[in-house]
Amino acid sequence: MENPYLPYTVRIDSVITETEDRNLKTYKLVFLNPEDETRFVHRAGQFAELSIAGKGEIPIGIASSPTETGYLLFTVNKVGLVTRALHQMVPGEVMGVRGPLGNWYPWEQMEGKNIVIIGGGFAFTTLRASIVYMLDPENRSRFGDITVIYGARAPGMLLYRDELSTWEARDDIRMHITVDATDDPQWQYNVGFVPTITQEKAPSAKDAYAIVCGPPIMIKFTLPILSELGFTPEHIIMSLEMRMKCGVGMCGRCNIGTEYVCNDGPVFTLQRLSQLPKEY
Amino acid sequence: MAVKIIRKADLIKLISRLMEHYRVYAPVRRQDGTDFQEVTDANQVDFSLANTNLSPKSLMLPQSELMFEFTLDKASDRAGVMQEIEKDCSGRVIFGIRPCDAKAFQLLDLNFDTPTYRDPWWAHRRQHTTLVGLGCNDPCSTCFCTSVGSGPFSPHGLDLLLTDMGDQFTVEVISGKGKQLLEQVVIEGEASETTVKAVAEHQQASEQTITSAVFTHALEKQSLTPLFDADFWDEVQFACINCGVCTFVCPTCWCFDIQDEIHKNAGVRLRNWDACMFPLFTLHGSGHNPRSQKLQRVRQRFMHKLKYFPDKHDNGVACVGCGRCIRQCPVNIDIREVFRLMNEFEV
Repeated sequence: MENPYLPYTVRIDSVITETEDRNLKTYKLVFLNPEDETRFVHRAGQFAELSIAGKGEIPIGIASSPTETGYLLFTVNKVGLVTRALHQMVPGEVMGVRGPLGNWYPWEQMEGKNIVIIGGGFAFTTLRASIVYMLDPENRSRFGDITVIYGARAPGMLLYRDELSTWEARDDIRMHITVDATDDPQWQYNVGFVPTITQEKAPSAKDAYAIVCGPPIMIKFTLPILSELGFTPEHIIMSLEMRMKCGVGMCGRCNIGTEYVCNDGPVFTLQRLSQLPKEY
Repeated sequence: MAVKIIRKADLIKLISRLMEHYRVYAPVRRQDGTDFQEVTDANQVDFSLANTNLSPKSLMLPQSELMFEFTLDKASDRAGVMQEIEKDCSGRVIFGIRPCDAKAFQLLDLNFDTPTYRDPWWAHRRQHTTLVGLGCNDPCSTCFCTSVGSGPFSPHGLDLLLTDMGDQFTVEVISGKGKQLLEQVVIEGEASETTVKAVAEHQQASEQTITSAVFTHALEKQSLTPLFDADFWDEVQFACINCGVCTFVCPTCWCFDIQDEIHKNAGVRLRNWDACMFPLFTLHGSGHNPRSQKLQRVRQRFMHKLKYFPDKHDNGVACVGCGRCIRQCPVNIDIREVFRLMNEFEV
């Protein structure tokens, strides 16, 4: 068995500043060793530890879909020591990636179902991976209707804006983009918080799964609406964040009750979470 | 296999012979008490102790351990790339380990050596270490090993078990590894049937001196969230000063942190013991902290040992009854009392 703490070596291929506050950047990483790329087989919903020598590691959701080969995408919010260092790095520089880690959205179970994706702020990364995955020509027919409700504070705070407009133009995915507020006269989408827009657009719970990722306040007000719409706790899928170190269920810090978010999660159904302590 | 017998006076010679084949670690008396360290002279070994202040966990999981090294020198084509470090893989013997501490290693195997991931350093040390246990003739008043699946002469996790019978020790072979060790250092003496019987009686008598007990029968069936929300946690945590000594001395506390350290262009990634008693343990980059309150941290430690771990691994509580946390807690928090509160809890 391999050393699970040893990162694969990658090179930063490109860096995109996603948001107007410059706090979110997307890193496109390519493996230096082609064998490592073959070994790194992920599913949408998993994360990886990004490693910067001398700074440390951070657990970040994988924003690229398994159908996008040859590179990995990570969108990183600048918050602490490692993310700050990463934000100073430029294409060509070498760093590490350890993973893929954790579980994924229940793709086998969701096959043939309608999928409702609800995201807020910068928690849209593994949701992007999921959308790209489902929209892949090989996969699209394996899912029913796809509805996306995605909100940010302001138009300039939305991630992946080019892709959002591409998806808007398609007829096999229903997009509801929203911002909390804007004075932009050009803004042609929704204005309002994610829970409000969810209520307004009322996606059907029939044969459907909802994947919800966002800040705690968004989740708090969205869950009751999903419940009103008829989504059962078994059909509401969430992805959690926790301070992590090892990422493989050993270092002991990211547990919620019996479950290590890194290894038993980060994806949990609302049903499973209801059996665990509210300590997150 | 027959039980071997060795005169007390020959035990030092045995350790010396072991040192020819293995690195030997044993309890050694120091200024601040007796603790495990590498033996350089067989006469250092202290057999008179009740138990060491610290558990021997550092022999499998060092308090600080190098994981990788790297250079930041841009001129190197390995700049910023983690490199594995060669570690000493020669065989080791932990001599005089107590049965409770050996059982703790077995429990930690469930965390470090799993079907999905294996911690390479833990697994490696476990593989190359033979555990020569020394049974406890005089258990402490704080020992409660017999009610948590161990005992003063319990073989669980040991390779050989020594029993101090006055002027001689008997040696019981428990595992293949133990047998191998005896092939390296032959012990001539065979215990007679009478001696074997006497040893069994002696061991039983010692077990009976342990009167301190905990009960866990109801814990398994307890529903998780009501136990988590129980009122008694407020009382349990009241005196705690979050010093973390309980986690430091505990043979089943394994949590660790990973940190990078650099000096000029040379760096290392290392892991250090960490503890759920400290608020930084769970502090998110955003500033949010799911265990910002002392109550939450104290509850985490006990819930983990007595409820989460048993529920997850179906292998009993993550406590071996060594009593170190009871003896060394500065505010007299007694895990036996927490066992009682948790076991007797009713919604």
